[in-house]
Amino acid sequence: MDTKNDRTKIARQFIEAIPHSRALGMTLDDIGEGTAALSMPYDERFIGNPSTGVIHGGAVFALMDTCGGTAVMSHADAPTGTATIDLRIDYMRAATPGQRIRAKAVCYHVTRSVAFVRATALDDDDDNPVASATGAFTFQRAKGA
Amino acid sequence: MRKPEPVQVIKTRRDAALRGLVESVPYIQYLGVQFDRRGDELTAVLPYREDLIGNPLLPAIHGGVTAAFLEITSIIGLTWSTLWADMEDGKLEGETLPAMPKTIDFTVDYLRTGLPRDAYARARVNRSGRRYASVHVEAWQDNRDRLFAQATGHFLMPSRDDG
Repeated sequence: MDTKNDRTKIARQFIEAIPHSRALGMTLDDIGEGTAALSMPYDERFIGNPSTGVIHGGAVFALMDTCGGTAVMSHADAPTGTATIDLRIDYMRAATPGQRIRAKAVCYHVTRSVAFVRATALDDDDDNPVASATGAFTFQRAKGA
Repeated sequence: MRKPEPVQVIKTRRDAALRGLVESVPYIQYLGVQFDRRGDELTAVLPYREDLIGNPLLPAIHGGVTAAFLEITSIIGLTWSTLWADMEDGKLEGETLPAMPKTIDFTVDYLRTGLPRDAYARARVNRSGRRYASVHVEAWQDNRDRLFAQATGHFLMPSRDDG
């Protein structure tokens, strides 16, 4: 049986083993069955617009991609691995400089080999998302599963 | 008739404009993306680094790094193409940097595993209007014909102050 604590521990190890996620300072905030929440701190090195201090969309993309992959890995069917097939991100507004960026992802459907994911990115304003994303990921099952 | 400018003057001006653009963005510096210029054609180069890895077991470049690299290539390519005419007319004097386009949406197609080595990308501006632009970008590593990722993005152009 997979308890919530085990799952959180495994997911945290999964994220902390990723060099680039570590480089961006990503942390795992929550994990459920097919859901994940990750965040990363505001960092001046990741500024995309020097005149406003707004974080580059690419860094937000990296956070949402990692969050999406984590949601897939936490699915009840326990995949052995995943990779992004495609990911589309819509930037609704600029993230407020100085604030942490949080991503939430849901793996809302899986087939034998594909997982479908939706994700949202927020700063301190819970009611107005910074970005939303939809993607397809590979869903690798254990042999014989 | 005006005499053509010496080639070195032209190259210095173009390289300075490109450098100013690229060096102004901290995130481009952080990822270490560089730009090769041949005339007006730009090739973005992402030198490999260990902390760009997303899957240590394969190992493979992080999908977010690939996306960021493609988005940077698109934005610089788009800004560069809108800058070109002004730059050639010598209207780019002074230190003021052009306002950058804002990404509306960006869709990345992951075609192959990004290998632990240098990556290259080129953007093509398919449409650049007064308000909106559509850009396609391709990335490869060892072979130009074997893309490891491609993307399409839509961008909001900065409003020109001359109305």
